[in-house]
Amino acid sequence: MSAPAKLSVKDLNAAYGRAHILFDVSLEVAAGEAVALIGRNGAGKSTTFRAILGFVANRSGEIRFDGADLSRLAPHDIARRGLGYVPEDRRIFADLSVEENLEVGRQKQRPGAPRWTTERLFEIFPNLAETRARLGGRLSGGEQQMLAIARTLMGNPSLVLLDEPSEGLAPKIVEQMIAAILEMKREGLSLLVSEQNLNFAQLVADRVAVIEKGRIRFAGTMAEFDARPDIRDAYLAL
Amino acid sequence: MVYPPPLCGGGRYAIVTFFLVQFVTGLASASSLFLAACGLSIIFGVTRVVNFAHGAFYMLGAYLAFTLASRLAGDVGFWAGIILASLAVAAIGALIEMALLRRLYSAPELLQLLATFGVTLAVEDIALLIWGPEDLLGPRAPGFKGAVNLLGQAFPTYDLLLIALGPLVLALLWLLFRRTRWGVLVRAATLDREMVAALGVNQKWLFTSVFALGVFLAALGGALELPREAVSHTLDLQIITEVLVVVVIGGLGNVLGTFLAAIIVAELNAFGILIFPKISIVLVFLVMALVLIVRPWGLLGRAEAAARMAGGASLARWRPFDKRGRLLAALAVAAAALFPFFAGDYALSVATEVLIFMLYAASLHALVGAGGLVSFGHAAYFGLGAYGASLALKQLGLPMEAALVAGPVLGFAGALLFGWFSVRLSGVYFAMLTLAFAQIAWSIAFQWSEVTGGDNGLIGVWPSAWAESPAHFYWLALALAALAIALLRVIVFSPFGYALRALRDSELRAEAIGLDRHRLQWIGFAVAGAFAALAGALFAFLKGSVFPDTLGIPLSIDGLVMVLLGGVGTVSGGALGALLYKTLSIWVISETDYSKLVLGLLIVALVALFPQGLLGAVQAWRGRDARLQGATP
Ligand SMILES: Nc1ncnc2c1ncn2[C@@H]1O[C@H](COP(=O)(O)OP(=O)(O)OP(=O)(O)O)[C@@H](O)[C@H]1O
Ligand SMILES: [Mg+2]
Repeated sequence: MSAPAKLSVKDLNAAYGRAHILFDVSLEVAAGEAVALIGRNGAGKSTTFRAILGFVANRSGEIRFDGADLSRLAPHDIARRGLGYVPEDRRIFADLSVEENLEVGRQKQRPGAPRWTTERLFEIFPNLAETRARLGGRLSGGEQQMLAIARTLMGNPSLVLLDEPSEGLAPKIVEQMIAAILEMKREGLSLLVSEQNLNFAQLVADRVAVIEKGRIRFAGTMAEFDARPDIRDAYLAL
Repeated sequence: MVYPPPLCGGGRYAIVTFFLVQFVTGLASASSLFLAACGLSIIFGVTRVVNFAHGAFYMLGAYLAFTLASRLAGDVGFWAGIILASLAVAAIGALIEMALLRRLYSAPELLQLLATFGVTLAVEDIALLIWGPEDLLGPRAPGFKGAVNLLGQAFPTYDLLLIALGPLVLALLWLLFRRTRWGVLVRAATLDREMVAALGVNQKWLFTSVFALGVFLAALGGALELPREAVSHTLDLQIITEVLVVVVIGGLGNVLGTFLAAIIVAELNAFGILIFPKISIVLVFLVMALVLIVRPWGLLGRAEAAARMAGGASLARWRPFDKRGRLLAALAVAAAALFPFFAGDYALSVATEVLIFMLYAASLHALVGAGGLVSFGHAAYFGLGAYGASLALKQLGLPMEAALVAGPVLGFAGALLFGWFSVRLSGVYFAMLTLAFAQIAWSIAFQWSEVTGGDNGLIGVWPSAWAESPAHFYWLALALAALAIALLRVIVFSPFGYALRALRDSELRAEAIGLDRHRLQWIGFAVAGAFAALAGALFAFLKGSVFPDTLGIPLSIDGLVMVLLGGVGTVSGGALGALLYKTLSIWVISETDYSKLVLGLLIVALVALFPQGLLGAVQAWRGRDARLQGATP
């Protein structure tokens, strides 16, 4: 890859208190590309995302987004630069209606990033359109996942960190989720998606990074990954 | 104060209308209370700061409105004065938030309480400096000076205005929170601050604006009372207590609940005097205790809002003293024992008092630090100890030695009783219930004058002959305090202490391994109460007397200040914090008339500089040192 990466993480280390979790994690996401970060339970996927966003205070390493250093920025500044985040537990504002949840995510339009409106998002996630006025806490798990993604898209990000979007969802909803992610890609959004579900990752991602015990064990294209069953067996099989 | 009319003449009818007017007056008082309380509630909801300075802002609003409304005079001037005063105080609040609280949002919640307490102290003296000690009576409101006839009783039109204002503000707030983007962001931040930041919202300004709005409401509440009530520099503590009660009854963070609770509290105040004159002072606290026992999160509150406010997580691992530590402690006690050989009587009595407060703070520290139970009413047990000892001596004719046992026994019994209810709650609600119980104990001491002497207290509580000289009494206090503090440490490091700390750190996990939270915390509460009572008993003999203020809110708060200054996350910070704070405050009081200003600013500075407490800061500093040397891979 010659073009400067959209997001590049170099030698990221992170710890919760005294528990050192990430060891020299390096990753790159090019513009318009979808990268899957795959690993087992507890491998460090969520911690990687949270460290990128500045939610893990104890960290070191270089994080660049559109060429700018993120390591000294507050989380809201990072978000305002167009880095969106959909957390694994969705974190819907339970006492706010669907529309209000979307309102919290709203930010102004950003050059070079796809533009989303409530109406367009309701087209992609028709379930949400029917539940506009319902409280976030009253939604089903699948609806909450859709709302979490839609809420982040309301900020018109240019790259989204998606933490395990298929976790705990019914197959039907997973299909919708895949369609939505492909739609986001079509719009030119860059994506870093963490997953345990290999099928899901293969359907949406161009490249793969495998994380295990806080270390990146493999990085390459989807085709390269498919050619390495040993990696799959060593780091991903249960 | 209004008294019921005589029963003759108008008879029944007069009584009914009188009660009606009383009820409507209560409604009018509810408005200001509601304004102040919902300001506190909104601030807490978003920033999780229990803003102790809220009463001070209320008072400032009233004072400033007094000045501005009198200066600006005229019809417009009065109202402009009220609004300008509130805006000015809101600006002051915003500055304090930016300069002080912003540094503390990630510190333990209790620290924010300490900081805002410091602000309260300082503001109180500043108000005294500017407006003097006399009560000030504000101008009447232009256009609302008259009265209307309400069933034959004259009723001030201004009160009617206030009654209308309460629901109006409620409606405006509702619109603000439901219909504006700002309101939606604030509600979202109340639920999940981190997620709001991840969505690109700058919380700094959100917090500052929320704080300013809350302070504005408090100041407006104070300013609007101007035509009804005199302004005085004691208003701050009076209001903060009432406001906390209202907010807790209504449910923290719930504006509608606050509105209902404000009416309940204002009506209790209006009718309490008439119906239960004996317990009027304590009536609201009784009702609050009842509400909390039946609905642990207030009338309309929810469980999440209670969360946290546990004692701080410790920085350094807690360890019992090693050989060196034990030697140092022994040396310190030995050095202290030499003090009477070169100190005069006054210095000795000061030193004795400091020792007593070291024990008091150590007992509170065990509760807050090891137990994670932040009591706002620890003075109750100090006071019970003082009264227990004094009554044993005066009423039962027991000698001092027995009285020093009787005090702790009474304190232990009181803590068993109050603790049983209190440990069923947690967080802010626990803090408020303990406060309520302390107020109840205070009012019993205050009003049961046949036994306690009421406001006049009990005097002539002198030590036995052998302990009468200041030096001897000092040694007695030193021996008992040192033993008791050592015993507290032993308890903290006993299996019982470990269980308490396990519950503090993770209630779920601790309960999963079979620890009975209520029972353990109940015992911990009672034990801490007994130690505080021993301090109280010594205090009674030191002073030769006991008064209701040994049970009062200021003493409870002082205890927390000492603990926090020392560092909650340490094992022995409480005693050291007491040593520092008590010495300092006795010295400052002797040096200046504005001791509160000095102490308040000092507390603010200490908190801002050392958010982990003094001992905590030392430990963190030493810990950093150790890590550099240890250089683990
Ligand atoms: N707040 C925390 N404090 C301490 N340790 C944590 C914390 N959060 C996660 N960990 C630990 O960090 C490691 C990595 O966790 P992380 O959540 O990043 O894994 P993950 O790959 O996202 O797993 P999952 O698939 O379960 O979401 C785990 O061992 C976990 O126990
Ligand atoms: Mg995860």
